[in-house]
Amino acid sequence: MDILVCVKRVPMVGGRIAVTPDGQDVDTRMSGFTVSPHEECAVEEAVQITERLGGSVTVLTLGPAEAMQQLRDMLALGAGRALLLETDGREWGPIATAAAIADAARRRAEGPDGPYGLLLFGNEAADTGDYQVGVRVAHALGLPCVTGIKNLEITGDGARARREYRGSEEVFDIPLPAVVSVKEGINLPRYPSLPGRLRAKRAAIDTLRPEWHSEGLRKDRLRVPAQEQHQAQVLGSGAEAAPALMRLLEELGVLS
Amino acid sequence: MTVLGLLERDGDGLADSSLRVLAFSNALARSSGTGLAGVLFGPAAAVPAGELAGYGVPDAYAIDSPLLAGYAPVAWARALSGLVTDVSATAVVAAGSDRGNELMAHLAALTGLPMAANCVSAAAEADGGCRLVRHRWAGSLLEDATLDADVALLTVAVDAVAVPAAEEPAATSAAAPVAATSVHVVEPQPEAADLRVCAAESATRGTGISLATARVVIGGGRGVGGPEGFAPLEELAGLLGAAVGVSRVVTSQGWRPHTQQVGQTGTRITPELYLACGISGAIQHMAGCMGAKHIVAINTDPGAPIISRADYAVIGDLNEVIPALVAEIKKRHDEA
Ligand SMILES: Cc1cc2nc3c(=O)[nH]c(=O)nc-3n(C[C@H](O)[C@H](O)[C@H](O)COP(=O)(O)OP(=O)(O)OC[C@H]3O[C@@H](n4cnc5c(N)ncnc54)[C@H](O)[C@@H]3O)c2cc1C
Ligand SMILES: Nc1ncnc2c1ncn2[C@@H]1O[C@H](COP(=O)(O)O)[C@@H](O)[C@H]1O
Repeated sequence: MDILVCVKRVPMVGGRIAVTPDGQDVDTRMSGFTVSPHEECAVEEAVQITERLGGSVTVLTLGPAEAMQQLRDMLALGAGRALLLETDGREWGPIATAAAIADAARRRAEGPDGPYGLLLFGNEAADTGDYQVGVRVAHALGLPCVTGIKNLEITGDGARARREYRGSEEVFDIPLPAVVSVKEGINLPRYPSLPGRLRAKRAAIDTLRPEWHSEGLRKDRLRVPAQEQHQAQVLGSGAEAAPALMRLLEELGVLS
Repeated sequence: MTVLGLLERDGDGLADSSLRVLAFSNALARSSGTGLAGVLFGPAAAVPAGELAGYGVPDAYAIDSPLLAGYAPVAWARALSGLVTDVSATAVVAAGSDRGNELMAHLAALTGLPMAANCVSAAAEADGGCRLVRHRWAGSLLEDATLDADVALLTVAVDAVAVPAAEEPAATSAAAPVAATSVHVVEPQPEAADLRVCAAESATRGTGISLATARVVIGGGRGVGGPEGFAPLEELAGLLGAAVGVSRVVTSQGWRPHTQQVGQTGTRITPELYLACGISGAIQHMAGCMGAKHIVAINTDPGAPIISRADYAVIGDLNEVIPALVAEIKKRHDEA
């Protein structure tokens, strides 16, 4: 089965998140870039499926030329091909992003390789959290779609997908081809192997340049939520702090 | 001209998240001078009309079809889009839950409208646009945004909007009660193609203390050192009737299953107490425990980010602090 996995380049923020003075972006002077854990799991899932059933894994990202790095990271995890939908650095909204991804999938379907059998997404992008790109792609291509999937089984010409819903489990049997968005926890992604990394470094990356367009939801500015700038009250150091900690648990009424 | 709130039942009444949807929808309706209505999937008899009246919702729509008894996202969204047209809705609001976001995304894709996920607040502008504040990075950042659309499709960041109190709805952002809620039945005729994806079966799973609802959560991070290091945390959790939660480093090392991960890509917790041991407090981790009433951190590093986000801290090695605390609790049990 030929599988497309869509990943997004996002800042790798850790202990603190800061916004640029113009309020338009996350300040990335101190951070690198990564892809969301959901999407890394989508790549791992695709690699595992093709290891079992044969086929190919193509990773796609829509982003600036620098996003090639994230494609190479995913190639190192075992994807075989990569496609960059190169932008001029402007922020793309989910409608335009989905349209460009759907276009790329159609283009492939019309070529000698034929259509993808499965399109994998993350449940939501780590930065914008729009919760919709995969669903929009499914509608544009007329494909069935399930989101938030934590377990995926390929069953001949279909798939069985499971997810959590309010503490219980929902099961979907869907025909393929389909769009599936996954969540971290569906698998444990492997670490890139040395040969994988070497191969990724040399791999050719196809590039398309889709056209940006504006959409109805416009960002005015980003800000860090106001929170009381407090410093924790230090109860003590080491084992000596245990009695104080004990008194606190008593005060909070959590000793059963 | 109506703001439609998509509601869900939990047992006999409205789900907590739906009460938040109502509070949010009411604020939006007030700012735009439009009406407020609720939508539920299922028979009219299942609509909690009395409760809706208490929250000031004059109209409710029950979308009822035997074919929609199982959750079929596209068919459900198609039925909603029909209702949007029929009642000239100006906005549709759903909970920012997995299902709420999914359904709204389908509605957005079907109608070609933009959608704003996980909003904290929204108000209509004089020029017809909608000013809103929404979550980015799972709430670690806020985005001020403007939405220009014939119908505003919004989901509500459920942990950022307060649940209105039933006794005093008007004082807590819900509308003043109405005498009665009229329930209107909508009977769509779903097409087979829209039923291609339908939840087939639903099995309840998992016993024991659920991480999402636990009153006390004992958190362990990289500082725990390895899978064996969790024994003292487990013992403490047992003594306190607590659930164990972990950071992403712990799950990606395979020390613990992902079901125990707290954070942006894990579970969101809302305990009375979160005791975070050997966790640095990365923003993606904190996004999952913002809802904790009290956070206590145990960390060797007084400069760890979590120290400026916790309420209390013990500076020290968790391998010394936790056993000492366990001994204190046992001593007390013995005395009692
Ligand atoms: C898009 C995205 C999503 C993410 N989602 C999540 C998520 O859902 N949940 C999550 O947790 N992370 C998430 N992360 C990862 C996150 O950024 C951090 O990498 C992770 O939370 C760090 O885990 P940690 O605190 O255990 O480890 P570290 O950051 O390495 O911190 C270990 C801490 O333990 C302390 N320590 C060490 N030894 C001891 C000792 N003996 N006693 C006491 N203290 C000790 C150290 O001082 C340090 O503060 C996400 C990242 C990204 C990019
Ligand atoms: N710029 C992008 N490039 C590639 N894939 C993307 C991009 N933006 C979003 N996606 C995919 O769509 C999923 C949902 O994104 P969103 O709707 O923005 O929350 C992500 O997890 C990715 O799999």
